[in-house]
Amino acid sequence: MLLPFFQWCESLWLGRAVVGSLWLFPVIESVHLLALSVLGGSILLVDLRMLGFGLKHYSVAALARDARPFMIGAIVTLISTGLPLFLAESIKCYYSPAFWVKMTTLAIAIVYTFTIRTRVTRAEPVRNTARLQMLVGALSIALWVTVAAAGRWIGFS
Amino acid sequence: MSLLAFCEWLAATNGSTALRESLYMYPLVESTHVMFLLLFVGLTTIWDLRLLGFTLTQVPVSEMTDRILPMVRWGFAIMVFTGVLLFYGIPVRTYQSVWFRGKMIFLILASINIAYFHYRVLPNAAAWDRDTRPPRAVRRAGAASLILWALIIVFGRFIAYNWFDCDIQPQPAFVNWFAGCVVPPPQ
Repeated sequence: MLLPFFQWCESLWLGRAVVGSLWLFPVIESVHLLALSVLGGSILLVDLRMLGFGLKHYSVAALARDARPFMIGAIVTLISTGLPLFLAESIKCYYSPAFWVKMTTLAIAIVYTFTIRTRVTRAEPVRNTARLQMLVGALSIALWVTVAAAGRWIGFS
Repeated sequence: MSLLAFCEWLAATNGSTALRESLYMYPLVESTHVMFLLLFVGLTTIWDLRLLGFTLTQVPVSEMTDRILPMVRWGFAIMVFTGVLLFYGIPVRTYQSVWFRGKMIFLILASINIAYFHYRVLPNAAAWDRDTRPPRAVRRAGAASLILWALIIVFGRFIAYNWFDCDIQPQPAFVNWFAGCVVPPPQ
């Protein structure tokens, strides 16, 4: 049912331009990887802190506030470089289980990060929220690692 | 024994062959290598941004060293372990890759930068530990680290592309020299 849509995606000029160039795909892919690293740092700094590692003398709220612009910048860069990569090989993606795992987890991860995770990181530590924070941090790591690993796996299929 | 001969010997070992020909093991090791970018380069980037005064400005640099460095070390250990395995699986082609050689040069430069930071910059940390924008020497080390790790990632990714492989001739003279290709003389 969705196949015609993916075929249309692959026919767009942006994807054709990427396929037609020797360097464009690897270069966009590299920027995608660089942004992934920044995302990793800005997410893990806060998630590991919620799990009890790292900057323990600073509140989760303060770390999350400082990391947020880099996290959002990384997500925007990842999406805007991911799109041309997808348009270059939409039909391959359609038939790749890893692609569907990645997109499903990505949607969940983005919604989760900007709703539940944001709310919990901002909550003042008035009550004992340590257990909740551990759970939220662990889930965040699990979601984003799944997105990244499934993304890498698209290339192996 | 030359390094090339060593790589050829390595490629013929059972372990190297098994890793290279395995359906899942090589991709799994490679994925682990990529996943630990999130931890290793990610936290290194946050640290560099702190040295530049772009984030976590209320956190003293010594606090970053005490609390973040152990996690960065773990990340680095796993990067090296998985990286050595990836080389072990495909030794000859990797050894003769311009991207791999470039990556190793940048790794050496990054190590020099780290040594310089630890032995020359950090001992004076008391004077600027809490500065929101540390002195120029500190910021320079942070900027050098950001640029070098970015280059290491890009060159590492490009190892996968075969444009400059020795078995695809003719190559520019510089490529053959830098990659150490053994080119048979023209007939």
